[in-house]
Amino acid sequence: MANLLQIHNGEVVKRSAIPLLSFPEFAEVLTDFINRNGFIVQFFAYPQNRENRLLAVLRNKQLYITSCTVKESFDSLTASASEKFHMFEREIAEQYGITPKNHPWLKMVRYHANYRNVPDVFGNDYAVDIPGEYPYYEVEGDGIHEVAVGPVHAGIIEPGHFRFQCAGEEVFSLEIQHGYQHRGIEKLLTRVPLKRLPIICEGIAGDTSIGHNLCCCQALEALGNLSVSPEATIVRTMALELERIANHIGDLGALSGDVAFNPPAAYFGRIRGEFLNLLLILCGNRFGKSLILPGGISKSMNREQSGIIKNKLRELEPEIRHVCDLLFSAHTVQARFEQTGTVSREIAARLGLVGYSGKASGLDYDARVFFPTESYFSLEGYRNEITNGDVNSRAWVRREEIMHSIHLINTLLKRSEELCPKTTMTKISLEPDACIVTINEGWRGEISHCLLTDNSRKIERYKIKDPSFHNWTGLAMSLRNQEISDFPLCNKSFNLSYCGFDL
Amino acid sequence: MLKIIRNRIEQGYRTSSYPKEPIDLYHRYRGLPIIHHTCDPAIVKQCAEICPQDAILSAEYKIDLGKCTFCGRCEEIADGAFVTFSQDFAMGTESREALICDGFLPKLAEHSKQHFKKLFGRSLQLRQVSAGGCNACEADTNVLNTPFFDLSRFGIDFVASPRHADGLHVTGPVSRNMKTALLATYEAIPTPKIVIASGACSISGGPFFDSTEITGGLEKILPVDLYIPGCPPHPLSTLHALLQFFTKTP
Repeated sequence: MANLLQIHNGEVVKRSAIPLLSFPEFAEVLTDFINRNGFIVQFFAYPQNRENRLLAVLRNKQLYITSCTVKESFDSLTASASEKFHMFEREIAEQYGITPKNHPWLKMVRYHANYRNVPDVFGNDYAVDIPGEYPYYEVEGDGIHEVAVGPVHAGIIEPGHFRFQCAGEEVFSLEIQHGYQHRGIEKLLTRVPLKRLPIICEGIAGDTSIGHNLCCCQALEALGNLSVSPEATIVRTMALELERIANHIGDLGALSGDVAFNPPAAYFGRIRGEFLNLLLILCGNRFGKSLILPGGISKSMNREQSGIIKNKLRELEPEIRHVCDLLFSAHTVQARFEQTGTVSREIAARLGLVGYSGKASGLDYDARVFFPTESYFSLEGYRNEITNGDVNSRAWVRREEIMHSIHLINTLLKRSEELCPKTTMTKISLEPDACIVTINEGWRGEISHCLLTDNSRKIERYKIKDPSFHNWTGLAMSLRNQEISDFPLCNKSFNLSYCGFDL
Repeated sequence: MLKIIRNRIEQGYRTSSYPKEPIDLYHRYRGLPIIHHTCDPAIVKQCAEICPQDAILSAEYKIDLGKCTFCGRCEEIADGAFVTFSQDFAMGTESREALICDGFLPKLAEHSKQHFKKLFGRSLQLRQVSAGGCNACEADTNVLNTPFFDLSRFGIDFVASPRHADGLHVTGPVSRNMKTALLATYEAIPTPKIVIASGACSISGGPFFDSTEITGGLEKILPVDLYIPGCPPHPLSTLHALLQFFTKTP
């Protein structure tokens, strides 16, 4: 393992300490690691000394980092080693114009010009407004038809494009094309003043404001040598759990709506609002925006706020249990949930699914347990019971996570009898020539930010990975040989982020 | 069946009596800012410097609510000597200029167009387009269809087809990659049609201002009739704006 540097979540390492390998060595190390039940957290390109480098952050029960130098192309690891590299390599091609040779399905990820102003790998002209020069997968034959939806979907939903290749009702292949929400966040983050970073990171995905901003602030704190008081940590942990509950409840409501069981859809919709309002109690914003700042929290929590949260949880907990019971005991619902959109454990592991999508298929990974931050060192984890990989399992994991999160918040409330003091945005001087990786278990799963600073203490590369980056492929796989009418249900059971993916 | 009845009883009736009765938001909610005009210019300058959105015009003692994300950092300077935020969620305006405000906004109902009220006052169908934001605006627009707000009781609905719509409700800073689809949706709506810019992103680019991958404000590409500030706008801000601007008896 000499070619891998073991790091810790949120630990600053010197860029010079990152192993620098030749590409053949790098490929061998990564292939070997992945074959031994390893997963990729980050894999991206960055410039150093006028060279192109590739950096990989890997995990099994520990976290590792390694890098290599490449020229204008390299041999695709997707082709030779594992599907886990698939999206990452496409992203490298798009962002840095470096070609992964023999990649089995090389197409753009978000449709934008590369950062180096070199010729585009895909031959696109980005001066033209229309994205859509995509090489779509095609199936031909009697009775084969194609269904295309988006980018503007039917409801109040983010834009994305889906293509189904079907024979009658049966879906052979679903292709998902994103990029419509692309705002150029990674590039923007390297050239704006630090005071803008938390707000931009809260906008990576609004439903994961806390999760993404927590990753950002933890990185800035470590690079800027700021400490966070244990009290503020409690509030940050609580906020992450409130965000998780609100979204899981919203999803259970949406799933009920999709199987036309309206009572729980209405009840969950209302209860979700109650949890958003609890975030508003903490910080004035229903999505927890502006709560977390480098060094702590922007609003103190005292007995007034903790009291409101405690009482509200006491009131809502039995309601949630009853509505969950209503949903999960209806045989009509079970008939639609069970054995729909199944992703086997094997496929889930091969794709590297994270969060509830992975847990539902039996991948027992929770960043709160494996790489704890904030208060999670002292909080208990849980293990989900149903791991069949179908819609029912993904719904059931949410039920369990909601109950677990309520328990965690109640535990934290007992510890925060006193005032949790606030902090303000301060000037930060970042460690030069440094690298940091921060990981948190957002409500969708593993969120990770990786920052590289240059010798003038500026952020040279800011890499973000939303759990959706892994899991969209899981959704595409869940539709294989399903009826196309099951798509909404499969889609809601994954409920992935378009903006978190598009960045 | 028994479970359905038991839950129905437990859940009860939850719809808000707004707008018949006023609604109080928790004191930490940051709505329309109150600007203290006698504040020391040095403090105003400090506020402008700390503002991550560059939304404070220190020389004029004004805040651009179209840029502001209501993060409240300015309120922390000198105990809110320059600005404190009220709980007033009524922040919709009919012009972009009105959002650059000294703490007061024009009464929206008085500035709404009478022919809109006549046309859409009893029935308003909107097509929502999410054009590159963070999805918080969309989420808090969706919330209007939950039992608490129950938007359809006012005759306002979000519809799937632009052909069935009276107007466009846009969120997000209009990413380069969404511009074409947004314009196509606009074209598909029959005239007369209205356009609503909802949230800091669609008004000014929001947190993503200066990014080369966004258009940075809806009004650069479409004529906007109604602006609803916020990051995201509170559902009540949206509800208030829609009722004031379109319905006859808000």
